[in-house]
Amino acid sequence: MKININKRQKTMIKKRVIPGFGISIGITITFLTLIVLIPISSIAIYVSGISLNEFIEIITDKQVVSGYKVSFFCALIAALINAIFGTILAWVLVRYEFIGKRVLDGLIELPFALPTAVAGITLTSLYSDKGWIGSIFAEAGIQIAYTKIGIIIAMIFIGIPFVVRSIQPVLEKMDTQYEEAATMLGANGHRIFFKVILPEIFPAMLTGFGLALARGIGEYGSVVFIAGNMPYKTQIAPLLIMTKLEQFKYADATAIALVMLVASFIILLLINMIQSYVNKITNN
Amino acid sequence: MIKKRFLVMSLTLVFATGVLTACASSKESINDSNTVEITNVSYDPTREFYESYNNEFNTYWKEKTGQEVIVTQSHGGSGKQARSVVEGNEADVVTLALAHDITLIEEAGLINEGWINEFKENSAPYTSTIVFLVRKGNPENIKDWNDLVRDGVEVITPNPKSSGGARWNFLSAWAYADNLYNGDENKIKQFVSKLYKNVIVLDSGARGATTTFVENGQGDVLIGWENEAYLSVKEHPEEFEIISPSISVLAEPSVAVVDEVAEKNNTTEVANEYIKYLYSDKAQRLAGENYYRPSNKTILQEFENVFDLNINMIKIEDFGGWSKANKDFFEDEAIFDQIYSQ
Repeated sequence: MKININKRQKTMIKKRVIPGFGISIGITITFLTLIVLIPISSIAIYVSGISLNEFIEIITDKQVVSGYKVSFFCALIAALINAIFGTILAWVLVRYEFIGKRVLDGLIELPFALPTAVAGITLTSLYSDKGWIGSIFAEAGIQIAYTKIGIIIAMIFIGIPFVVRSIQPVLEKMDTQYEEAATMLGANGHRIFFKVILPEIFPAMLTGFGLALARGIGEYGSVVFIAGNMPYKTQIAPLLIMTKLEQFKYADATAIALVMLVASFIILLLINMIQSYVNKITNN
Repeated sequence: MIKKRFLVMSLTLVFATGVLTACASSKESINDSNTVEITNVSYDPTREFYESYNNEFNTYWKEKTGQEVIVTQSHGGSGKQARSVVEGNEADVVTLALAHDITLIEEAGLINEGWINEFKENSAPYTSTIVFLVRKGNPENIKDWNDLVRDGVEVITPNPKSSGGARWNFLSAWAYADNLYNGDENKIKQFVSKLYKNVIVLDSGARGATTTFVENGQGDVLIGWENEAYLSVKEHPEEFEIISPSISVLAEPSVAVVDEVAEKNNTTEVANEYIKYLYSDKAQRLAGENYYRPSNKTILQEFENVFDLNINMIKIEDFGGWSKANKDFFEDEAIFDQIYSQ
């Protein structure tokens, strides 16, 4: 048995066309350690400077809890909206040919390239009750900027590329023959979408949803401008972190950050689990 | 095989670490006899002033020594800027909004003790105060602090917990109420609390609040720096006007040489001169033209048509200094938090 495994390992190594496992894993580990692991573990180290009681006191503070609620709630709504509209966008970009398609495709990434503060200021001036989109809604009695709706809009803006770019390649690879076959077998459009297309793109939708959600939860730059930042109403958790930093309370700030980090990690993990479950079902 | 792989792996690790360390080489100061470079870490609203001052100083220094001075400016929220200097941003001089921010750098060991007496007027070459910016024609008829607590008046001011400058706004309102109610703390708290109930957007910084009021048209009155208010009026003379309240604060934006950094960069002499020259008549007038109140009384009088010189100005010492004021008002669970948890 032992010999067998060794043999298999050897053949696996020999089989690789491009050598250099050692170098590449070495680079991977160094890179991850310097860029991700050390900074994130330093959060834990900062937090270890305070006692458990203090930690609990900080993270259960009324303002902090309301900050978490605002951040998570708005990010969830924004990610849901993105999952739906991002799918439609990806669909249009993959399935149809039209003038300006390349331009539209390029526009999708813009939210990544734009400094978030610029995005925040622009969105605020458009959606405030004096701005030209906001004024239309204001007439109907709906205020967008300086409310939770404003926060959600900023989060939709920064999250949309994640969903589109996750779904696009899957749709591109998907053979239209499936849909043709389904039509031949008498399925209507509605049924084709839910029984043929959706199961294929659902895992990618989840990925996009998860990324958009995580990004929205941590978003600071664009949201502070449009939020109004009223305590207990529109104050997001990252702003509270900035406020603590402003008071040189590094431990407090990292405590709040740690909770967000853990929560985001759990959410992403759950999404991953659902995804592999869905994959299993569709593959069977 | 495995041994070899580990060897390659660890070598790569060492190599990569080496490369990354090499990248982080220290900042070299250009310090030959013809040019000298200094960095001035300042806060947001001083941008325009220091742009012209640096030109002025360059001319002066060149005449005196024949050297060209290149001043690198950095602007941002005052607290953030102070933190960046503590964390290693190499500033030769700091010109920040609050003495407290410079004290934090002093506590980190970068500035020698007693900096506040190193230069004239508490090391504050120019001062400013807190005023109201209202829409043209003053439709809400706002004259003083008590008009800001009226029902229906919408106020814009940044959050004093995240904005150093906004602490002055809070303290000015407090000083007014203190005078009005003869120090009855409950009544003062009610007054200030009512004022903050009228706040419709609580931005995180002074510039953000200005944008909210000026560009996005929110609120009836903006509480803010006098110099910022003048800049807004200068830019949109048809839209805004300035109202000076009866009581406000004397804000002394402080300046200091960051001794440790200047010594290391060999710029102590030019950095000291850079700050000293801020008190010269030319620089004082320049400050006035940029809507900062010159600390030189004679030159301040030249600007009596610009500034309201009759405001009763409260100093931070009246609140027991910044450390005490922060503890009493802006720490977690202190008075400002109490206002919002009611």
